[in-house]
Amino acid sequence: MSSISDFIGVSARKNVEEAIAKAHENESFHALLSLTETRALERADAVDRGEITGLLAGVPFIAKDNFLTLGGTTTAASKILENFEAPLQATAIEKLEAEGAICIGKANLDAFAHGGSTENSAFGPTKNAVDQERVAGGSSGGSAVVVALQIVPFALGTDTGGSIRQPASFNGVVGVKPTYGTVSRYGVVAMASSTDTIGVLASHTKDAALVMSIMSGKDAKDMTTLPDFFAPITLDGKKKIGIIKEAMTDDVDADVRRVTNEYIEKLRSAGHEVEEVSLSLLKYALAIYYIVVPAEISSNLGRYDGIRYGRRADATRLSDLYGSSRDQGFMTENKRRIMIGSYVLSSGFFDAYYLQAQKVRTLLIDEFNELFSSFDVLIAPVAPTPAFKLGENTSDPIKMYLADVMTVPASLAGLPAISVPAGKSEQGLPIGVQLIGKRRDDALLLALAESIEGNA
Amino acid sequence: MISPEILDKYDMTIGIECHVQLATISKLFSGADNDANDKAPNDATSPIDFGLPGMLPVLNYQAIVLAAKAGKALNAEIAHISRFDRKHYFYPDLPKGYQITQMYQPIILGGLVEAPMLDGSTVTVRIHHAHIEEDAGKLTHYSDFSLVDLNRAGTPLIEIVSEPDIHSAAGAKAYATELHRLMTFAGVTYGDLYHGNMRFDVNLSVALKGATELGTRAEVKNLNSFRSVEKAAEYEFTRQIELIEKGEKIVQETRGWDDASGKTSSQRSKEDAQDYRYMPDADIPPVVLSDEDIADMQAGMPRLPAFYREKWSSIGLDLSVVNALLNEVKYADTVVLAQEKSDDIAKVIAHWFASAVGQDDEQSAVVSSEFFPKRFIELAEMFKKNEVSSTAAKQIFNELLTGNKDPRIIAEEKNLLQVSDESAIQVFVDAVLDDPANAQSVADIKAGQDKAIGFLVGQVMKRSAGKANPGLAQQLIRKRLEQ
Repeated sequence: MSSISDFIGVSARKNVEEAIAKAHENESFHALLSLTETRALERADAVDRGEITGLLAGVPFIAKDNFLTLGGTTTAASKILENFEAPLQATAIEKLEAEGAICIGKANLDAFAHGGSTENSAFGPTKNAVDQERVAGGSSGGSAVVVALQIVPFALGTDTGGSIRQPASFNGVVGVKPTYGTVSRYGVVAMASSTDTIGVLASHTKDAALVMSIMSGKDAKDMTTLPDFFAPITLDGKKKIGIIKEAMTDDVDADVRRVTNEYIEKLRSAGHEVEEVSLSLLKYALAIYYIVVPAEISSNLGRYDGIRYGRRADATRLSDLYGSSRDQGFMTENKRRIMIGSYVLSSGFFDAYYLQAQKVRTLLIDEFNELFSSFDVLIAPVAPTPAFKLGENTSDPIKMYLADVMTVPASLAGLPAISVPAGKSEQGLPIGVQLIGKRRDDALLLALAESIEGNA
Repeated sequence: MISPEILDKYDMTIGIECHVQLATISKLFSGADNDANDKAPNDATSPIDFGLPGMLPVLNYQAIVLAAKAGKALNAEIAHISRFDRKHYFYPDLPKGYQITQMYQPIILGGLVEAPMLDGSTVTVRIHHAHIEEDAGKLTHYSDFSLVDLNRAGTPLIEIVSEPDIHSAAGAKAYATELHRLMTFAGVTYGDLYHGNMRFDVNLSVALKGATELGTRAEVKNLNSFRSVEKAAEYEFTRQIELIEKGEKIVQETRGWDDASGKTSSQRSKEDAQDYRYMPDADIPPVVLSDEDIADMQAGMPRLPAFYREKWSSIGLDLSVVNALLNEVKYADTVVLAQEKSDDIAKVIAHWFASAVGQDDEQSAVVSSEFFPKRFIELAEMFKKNEVSSTAAKQIFNELLTGNKDPRIIAEEKNLLQVSDESAIQVFVDAVLDDPANAQSVADIKAGQDKAIGFLVGQVMKRSAGKANPGLAQQLIRKRLEQ
């Protein structure tokens, strides 16, 4: 697997050209929506002339296409933003560029990050890096696949309910969903403001830690960012780890349970203590998530109205302009979530749905806090199954939502959670495990995973 | 027309919502210039105001400070925790598809405004709450298209919501006027009514006197002068009574006001009311303020109308003069400064300013951007020392409002200084008394008819081309006649 260190101290132009060539070789996976070749090569030459320096000088990467970047379009994999060219860049991109990293293109996603398979992209699905018959996972499916295919050593993703962790698991790469507020959301197309996080997908935990340490920190443009706390660490001592028993029931695929148990054995043999724990409110997490998140989506997608930018339908009446532009610009899943969100926020239903969900969310946070008073880290599968077949779940949204059951709890609680490759199914499909930590324990999770990765 | 007897059977009940534009440098959630005056459309905007994808609001702390000051001016509490919420609707003047406001936990709680009426009574109005919110943009409609200007989008406002404590149109006007004074004196707003810095929504219902339940209310939106607040209330009162007397029902609705015709008209009824789908705005953390924070923000609070009223109670100014002065804080401050010299000087200045503002409430005087209180005081002193006549003083005063010179220089340039040199005036006095044409007046005075002296003083003034000090002239006339 490719490492960041392989790209440092060599020709940046060669790095970029090779990455772009690999991207072209792998077009059949449809992991990328656009390449920003011109800008990337200009920056590579500047690195080679010594004008741009830094920790990531000359290292190519790919950003999910919901990060605002210069040099091309930012579509969020939607028709409504199909031709949108951002006048500025996301803070995360700016920080990476300040260290010399070079964005070479934009990765596919479920439109507006609504989905768990990248099948909701307006431009067609991304295929799994291991099996083209299967989904890449999502919504950061393109980002996971470009890393798995070794086009770039790392890619950026967003995780609102599992959108980094699940595709990382499906494609056998490391995925980091940090503590809420670790990385600025400025310049990233918003999905759900209270759970959106910016993270990374990489081949190695060490690389993921480096990228996170660069991107993290307080940003004056995002009031929800935390003061910088992220610094890569090495593991000190033995940890007390809880395996969430509600995530290991018979409903979970046998291969997934086997791989998770194997990972637990590795932790134990490394001297860590692993005990079964109960997260009793896990069963409500999906219900909370699919009320709170659509509510925020229905609000955040209000700005795509065809008036100032983006797709604008031909219409003579204002209501038709709105209706047609949004009808043409959004995917079915976008519309479904807007409708659910509008419903739960509407007068007369707000208390019963949104407010009630927020109350249960608080209870869930309390239960996590209680667990973390006696455990350092929690462990659970990332998803109930390995990558499923393309089209398998598209006709059944509920089935699709159920795939998020193990990732949404950490999102709702704002906790750091990572997905690390742990093994394979009998069919050879990658399976990851999920490590969940206390708020701000992001670096601990990566250090723990690295200690096991090293032993693997 | 409806008879006064019928009108007299009913009471009106009014609550007022007032939007106050905050005098911040930048907008509520972006760094864009908060001053849209004289700017090309969409020039005072940032990507945040434009609602680009991925943009996030960054709360302007100055708006919180001004809200804390507004709260103090309203005798209200400042919430230790307040939050921002989103109010959703689709309209091209609303770039994000929602307005950021404070629905559930506003920053200003309670409050009381005591508004003086011209008859000397007071309207006491409780404030329910006041919240911070952003303004929308502006649309200009043409026959087959509309243009969007987002310069005003994101401008910080506070909306002050009163309890329905007002029961007359004059009371509504008095409340609106007092609110304007409070907000401008506290430095919360520039208070430029012409540019919509303060806008009033009047909620009015009528009920038979003695009724225990309020009638159905109609809301007249977007009134931008005190006079229109009063006129709209008067009009609505009559309109609603007419409907009730005809046996019709009042519809709960939003109405617009037309200044030219002096009428309100229906804009939309409650049935068309939108569901705004309010929800907390997760992009903005709660505003948490300690008692110390609030005290800091309210420290250095400018003087409020109550201070001036108290200060002037000793010099016996008419209520109309007080109200006029309170329309312009720098006039009020000049009068207070003059009180350090003497109450007489202050009173003179007070009357000058009051007549400059006019007895009515709308801002009218054209005032030079530079304002030097000491010049007005100097002029009043010159007048008191008889260095200028009252007519001349008024003329110089008007120059001080618009020009940029010392009063003495103006007096010299315009040759308005009175002659107070005894020997110079004596020459005029002698000439008048020696004039045979005035012999009869001289005789009258000597016979004890004292009012003829005014005529002789007038003659002296005439001969001196108005420059003789009339008091001195009179003294000199008496002195010579007594010889």
